Amino acid sequence: MSIIENKFRDNVIITSADKFMNWARLSSLWPITFGIACCAIEMMATAASRYDQDRLGVLPRPSPRQSDLMIVAGTVTFKMASRIKRLYEQMPDPKYVIAMGCCATSGGPYWKHGYHVMKGVDQVVPVDVYVPGCPPRPESLLEGFIKLQEKIRRESIATTQAA
Amino acid sequence: MEVGEVFKTLESNFPDGVKSIDIEGFDPSATIEASSLLEICSFLKSDKKLKFTSLMCLSGVDFEEKMEIVYHLHSLHYNHKVTLKVELPREKPALPSVVSIWIGADWHEREVFDLYGIHFEGHPNLKRILLPDDWEGFPLRKDHVDAEKYRGWTIRKVKEGYE
Repeated sequence: MSIIENKFRDNVIITSADKFMNWARLSSLWPITFGIACCAIEMMATAASRYDQDRLGVLPRPSPRQSDLMIVAGTVTFKMASRIKRLYEQMPDPKYVIAMGCCATSGGPYWKHGYHVMKGVDQVVPVDVYVPGCPPRPESLLEGFIKLQEKIRRESIATTQAA
Repeated sequence: MEVGEVFKTLESNFPDGVKSIDIEGFDPSATIEASSLLEICSFLKSDKKLKFTSLMCLSGVDFEEKMEIVYHLHSLHYNHKVTLKVELPREKPALPSVVSIWIGADWHEREVFDLYGIHFEGHPNLKRILLPDDWEGFPLRKDHVDAEKYRGWTIRKVKEGYE
């Protein structure tokens, strides 16, 4: 006779470790609080009461040590790029990156003549979801969160995450 | 005081310092010699009838055949304004710093140095302000050509002739 027999009755749920881990991760995506340019205004609007990203479990955190998501919201200058890389390296695994807006995905309006702008933040950190727009509306960013959640749902702890 | 009167005062006090006066233009301005810049500026600030206590803006211009520095001065006491210009050669442009007269010139002069490579002699801390410290070149000069890479990151993804 084991210890847990008859202790839980109908309240025991059987699931796979993968599903459980993924469910926990995708339901509490905590982005690190920083915005680089005008996209940050839309990011703040997404966090505020009208769009309320918290209903997806997305809650801004003040420290990279407590975060598992980085929203690169804005123009990444070369001077900023090394700082972004540093912040990314300070985040614990598993960690994800959303490139928000055209500047972060490709350089945007600075594509041709921006001597100081990095042509896509994917040159410094691995990007999971690209959200286009200049800047993207809060609905787009929410869609980006949902896409990322779909991606996390397909992960498996048996395979290592690409660093 | 009208701007024409300011120019007359300048001309009578500094017959050698004032190179030319443009009263007809959109922005009436006096072009002065770099050698008498400090003298003229401290006169403009301290004279009881002028009192130009505020340096509103300090800008650099590249005209390809010459460089130019533009000073926009404002008197909070009398509410009158004046524009000064200093012409410089394109090769090794240098002129005295006005930080000792208007402390606000500090960052303005650093910005002009950062983007045009114009040297302000006597500046307390003349180093780059916007671009990273290890940046090479002065991007707002007309003959500036973007480098291929900065710290291994691609600056230009557009090749010549791509349209």
